[in-house]
Amino acid sequence: MPEALLTLSGLDAHYGDFQALYGLDMSIGEGEVIAIIGANGAGKTTLMRSISGLLKNRAEGVRYRGQAIGALRADQVAELGIALVPEGRQLFPSLSVEENLMIGGKVGRPGHWSLQTVYELFPILEERRHQASTSLSGGQQQMVAIGRALMANPELILFDEISLGLAPVIIRQIYEALPGIVGQGMTAMIVEQDIAQALKVSSRVYCLQEGRISLEGATGDVTHDQITAAYFGMDA
Amino acid sequence: MIEWTGVIVQGVLLGGLYALFAAGLSLIFGVMRLVNIAHGDLIILAAYMGLTTTVMLGVHPFLALLIVMPVMAGLGYVLQRGILNQTLGDDILPPLLVTFGLSVIIQNALLETYTADPRKLDGGGIEVASIDMGGLAIGVLPLMTFLIAVAVIAGLQFIFYRTALGRGFRAVSDNQDIAQLMGLNKAHVFGLAMALALAVVAIAGILLGMRTSFDPAIGGGRLIFGFEAVIIGGLGNLWGTLAGGVILGVAQTIGAKIDPGFQILAGHIAFLIVLAIRPNGLFPRVDH
Repeated sequence: MPEALLTLSGLDAHYGDFQALYGLDMSIGEGEVIAIIGANGAGKTTLMRSISGLLKNRAEGVRYRGQAIGALRADQVAELGIALVPEGRQLFPSLSVEENLMIGGKVGRPGHWSLQTVYELFPILEERRHQASTSLSGGQQQMVAIGRALMANPELILFDEISLGLAPVIIRQIYEALPGIVGQGMTAMIVEQDIAQALKVSSRVYCLQEGRISLEGATGDVTHDQITAAYFGMDA
Repeated sequence: MIEWTGVIVQGVLLGGLYALFAAGLSLIFGVMRLVNIAHGDLIILAAYMGLTTTVMLGVHPFLALLIVMPVMAGLGYVLQRGILNQTLGDDILPPLLVTFGLSVIIQNALLETYTADPRKLDGGGIEVASIDMGGLAIGVLPLMTFLIAVAVIAGLQFIFYRTALGRGFRAVSDNQDIAQLMGLNKAHVFGLAMALALAVVAIAGILLGMRTSFDPAIGGGRLIFGFEAVIIGGLGNLWGTLAGGVILGVAQTIGAKIDPGFQILAGHIAFLIVLAIRPNGLFPRVDH
């Protein structure tokens, strides 16, 4: 495995009294594409929020390039080169399509992605650049959300449920675009309920179940039965 | 007829001052959902700062703005990051209580420093100067106030919709968490919004101080006029705020024309009528 870019060690997460993650250990190598799968409520989104700094943690719980970042604010994490495409897209309704993209570039990291390259990836967005972001279709909004994250030129990009609520044809388009995105030397974590899609583009998979890792392995090695067991918590 | 035209024109120009009271309120409510009860007292504080500056340096109040504006903006940033940010959250009560406390502190500090005697800024004659427009005498200071209000609102509008700073304001206003993910530190963005609001407050305070006499206790009334202008115009709409100020100003001057004691009440009645007919104000912001 390549040298670890992101390491989680004993990562817990809480919402008040409720504990959502229990001592997760994970290691993501540079350039890897990791799939995180699991049922609703398994803790996938909580994991994304913890890594991106939206959920504060022990500093040592998350290490990025060796630096303890668990206690940093989300804007500080963003500046280190970690971007999140949040669940439900969450575009800024007061901002136009182009403004949403531009605010993604706020961290000002140099790299391949700019308005121009995002428009090359998703040409429809250039046509709609001055429209209100919320006037777009769900699939187009997802393109804006992905483009917005890319504008930060992250080293690590986190995708949270990018296929949720989208038509199959749109999901296929977005997944077809993914290799072009991560092909730019990016490391990616893909959270998905659509297991087949996630496994197709990833090299390793983690399955979460009730806040714990129930399965971990190379995508080619894990069997369908193992995934089913890990996903639903049944004995295979 | 010309008499009534004069009343209306006076009201419109007075509305410019009210729009300046309101613009800062509208801005901070729009960006961080903070209702600043101390807003009126901050206007009076700016007027007193103008007084000290003009007396100490012997400069015109407009020149004093070069000092008062940055000082008020700096105060706003420190106030926001030092105190007000800690009060923001799901509960709207803490910021109300804290800014109410701030209002009391500012009033008493002004009273202690400047006494309760009414004071006025010396505009060097522009307060009484007027220009003749077809038989209608228009006060130079009210006219300047109105034009400054238009310029300030156009400037704020430009900042909000044409600059990276404004994009940050709107993004944080839409969704604080996601804005933070984009690398915007909301504590800093809120600080900048308050700084901008208090820079506008500085302008409002100086213009108020040249127009009428002021004392430490009149902040509350300015807050109410500001509130009314914001609500008549529609929350979150800066040009609406100008319209709200104008409606309030015209209602007051018409009231005063009917009976001098009726001025303030006429404004409140106009406000109530608008609120009854259009609870969201005349020009509420249309969210996409």
